[in-house]
Amino acid sequence: MNAMDNSFSHALETMTARIVPGARGIANLRRLSAGATLETWSFDAVDGERMLHPLILRRSPGGLRSAESLSLEAEAELIRVLDGSGVPVPAVVHTLIPADSLGDGFMMTRIEGETIARKVLRDQQFANIRPHLAAQFGAIRGTMTKVDAARLPRLPFKPAEVIVARLARRYEALGVARPVFDLTFRWLEQNAPAPLDKYSLVHGDYRNGNIIFGAEGVRAVLDWEVAHIGDPAEDLAWISTPPWRFGELDRPVGGLGSRAQLFDAYEAASGERIDPARVHYWEVLGSLRWGVSCASMLEWFTSGRDPSVERAMIARRVSENELDLMRILTGTD
Amino acid sequence: MLDQPRGADILAAVSKLLRETLMPQLPANAAFQARVAANAIDLVAREINYGHAVESEALGRLRALLSRDGSLQELETDLSGRIRRGELDLQSAGLAEHLWLTTLDKMKIDQPAYASYRRTIEVRAGQQQPRKED
Repeated sequence: MNAMDNSFSHALETMTARIVPGARGIANLRRLSAGATLETWSFDAVDGERMLHPLILRRSPGGLRSAESLSLEAEAELIRVLDGSGVPVPAVVHTLIPADSLGDGFMMTRIEGETIARKVLRDQQFANIRPHLAAQFGAIRGTMTKVDAARLPRLPFKPAEVIVARLARRYEALGVARPVFDLTFRWLEQNAPAPLDKYSLVHGDYRNGNIIFGAEGVRAVLDWEVAHIGDPAEDLAWISTPPWRFGELDRPVGGLGSRAQLFDAYEAASGERIDPARVHYWEVLGSLRWGVSCASMLEWFTSGRDPSVERAMIARRVSENELDLMRILTGTD
Repeated sequence: MLDQPRGADILAAVSKLLRETLMPQLPANAAFQARVAANAIDLVAREINYGHAVESEALGRLRALLSRDGSLQELETDLSGRIRRGELDLQSAGLAEHLWLTTLDKMKIDQPAYASYRRTIEVRAGQQQPRKED
């Protein structure tokens, strides 16, 4: 370990000993994600040989994060509000304070389970639960709709028109003409949904990959950093867009089930009707958002920000998204 | 003037070397990186094999569709603008077919194993077969 790693693990140990009753140290520290501005660490609070509490630290060591993301304090506050609401989330144990000397962030209980979508889609241990997962996604999304918005921390308001306008600016800034994207923007302008009477909490990246599964089903929904107030159809649609099907074309909801399962469970849990046309609109918008993100990878590669082979190959996945958009817009998806 | 084997054939041999000889000997993370490299090499080989033909066909379709001349980039930019302004849409003669062919040609090079690409190719092949008389 270098000096910086040492001071980090020492600060983490000091903070953990203060927060977790009985803890005298930490063990099994390892980094789970290597983002430049957001780090995720896994470790255990211990008393000698005795394991007391499995933990996760999400922290920003100080760099600027995307303007689209919530602050880590706001994310922690949101998860605290959701804990006990029926939406499965990990328990937040501590929000970092300056005296912790660990930057911004929060510590939460580590929930064991599987987040890799391909394993959930294929491994034998999930065979019994797989047919029920699309309904679980709907029920959890329905429970989110029932959360009292007055209890939530301050979140940005992002109805469809805000997201479309921002996406159009991102696309134009890329400077590469993509006729399929223009066709999609035109469709989105012509099919804009009516304003809702009531907007609700939206996760914003609700999909397999951000969900922890056990053999009995969903254990927790993670990564609330792009949560906002908006249209619940956005989450129902995003989990049904082609990138999250992993080749299971006939099970559009996360490669696991049908839209009917998703919608029925949503309506049962939320007590509200969902308009399938509205979800379809958000599927088109979500697919385009994915495409613009892939297209923006070209700049990462050419500018040298990430000149890796992997980044180059992601940039060449825009055509996959154009194909998905053509299928959706011509009714062949 | 250049001798055989040509670039695409050599790349095919490199891909085979990575997948069949090197990957089995590498630790998991390095094997993953080698697979990414092999996939990239396969893509470049397909670009060498098909890239010129698909771009010149796209240029021909765009000239007919827009009734003007220009580079591929100029004509695609023109097409984008016309679609965005609502002057052309999926009902316009030739537009949907141009976008389908362009997208499928890109996929033929970028990711021919993608499930919805294969599904689309199968469906289109089925539509193009002459109907059998019962």
